[in-house]
Amino acid sequence: MNLLLDLWTVVAVSAGVFFFLAGTVGLLRFPDTLTRLHALTKADNLGLGLVVLGLLPRVGSPLAGLKLICVWLLVLLAGATASQLIARAVRRSGPPA
Amino acid sequence: MSMALLFDGSLIALILAVATWTIAVRNSFAAVIGYATYGLLLALAWVRLAAVDAALTEAAIGGGLTSVLLIRAVVRLRPTESAARAETPGRVSRLLAAVLAGSVTAALALVVLTLPDPAPTLAPQVAEHIASTGLGNAVTAVLLSFRAIDTLLEAVVLVFALVAVWTLTPDDLWRGRPGPRYDLDENGMLAYLARLLPPLGIVVAVYVLWVGADLPGGKFQAGTLLAAMWLLAIMAGLTEAPPISRRWLRGALVLGTVAFLVIGFAGVPLAGAFLAYPEGYAKPLIIAIEAASMLSIALTLGLLVLGPPEQGP
Repeated sequence: MNLLLDLWTVVAVSAGVFFFLAGTVGLLRFPDTLTRLHALTKADNLGLGLVVLGLLPRVGSPLAGLKLICVWLLVLLAGATASQLIARAVRRSGPPA
Repeated sequence: MSMALLFDGSLIALILAVATWTIAVRNSFAAVIGYATYGLLLALAWVRLAAVDAALTEAAIGGGLTSVLLIRAVVRLRPTESAARAETPGRVSRLLAAVLAGSVTAALALVVLTLPDPAPTLAPQVAEHIASTGLGNAVTAVLLSFRAIDTLLEAVVLVFALVAVWTLTPDDLWRGRPGPRYDLDENGMLAYLARLLPPLGIVVAVYVLWVGADLPGGKFQAGTLLAAMWLLAIMAGLTEAPPISRRWLRGALVLGTVAFLVIGFAGVPLAGAFLAYPEGYAKPLIIAIEAASMLSIALTLGLLVLGPPEQGP
């Protein structure tokens, strides 16, 4: 059982890290603001979610697990809002030179 | 163990790199973003040093609030930035600046390297007497009991900072509302967030204040959270900043300091010293001071970010 949980943590956190890496590569490589935003928010949301899922079996109490999930949900909300606001600012002012 | 060392090593390298970049970059907006990142990385470093109180404060004040203040300053200075960048300081002033910065760094390095080993500490005394305060968090015990006078003066300094910002008000706008006017976009994303987040933020702030007695947390972190929620509602256009002439506002700004002073002076007849708490009442009194200070700090920080009045009352 413990081995399975360890395996789960390793796989989920590694997958999360992969998405972070992919998002960062997208941020550095994509040609304009909107595509960069797309890469960053999608990858970060999924990456952090996988890291949180992977860490859930490690927490000492249900309360700590709940806090972890809350952190993920708050980051989802903040990321979605911030990317919407940035995208709207870009659309209004035209693409930056 | 080696994993921890690897993590700490990369963290230190990152902090140094971000700090260098923040100083070297020519664009002030980029420098502010670098500074915010630096603050968050520093908060991680405090966590690694098991100083979670300092980490929370660094993330809230150093990384969050100060960066917002700096971003507003950058936006305001933008029209003059290219002119300022065109001027290069002369050889002598650059040399003087380098000598000054270099000697401060050298002096700091010297002091750190010649610290006695083990470093002088008051931690054993704190651990010995913490029971008398009824608190479980040593940091809160130091801030509000053993060194309460420092915390009191800190609260006063914050109000002075706000007074300094208000002195920049143009004459005809005195009594006006601080900051620019924000228009409400009823179906906008920001209005949605400003309706959804504040209830959650207020609960978290009260929680952070409440656990501050026994766990990392306290009035500064909680006050910053409250200020952030308030600013979110103002910037989304859901509510307006109050005119600075309002009596309740001015009263609320000094509420924390007044509560601190009243309880402090009450200690003279009741416990024999200024800022001493009567036996057995230390914890409730400290929580009362913290709650009052949280409100004052939240208002002060929010108004500091909004800046001097820019609209009529």
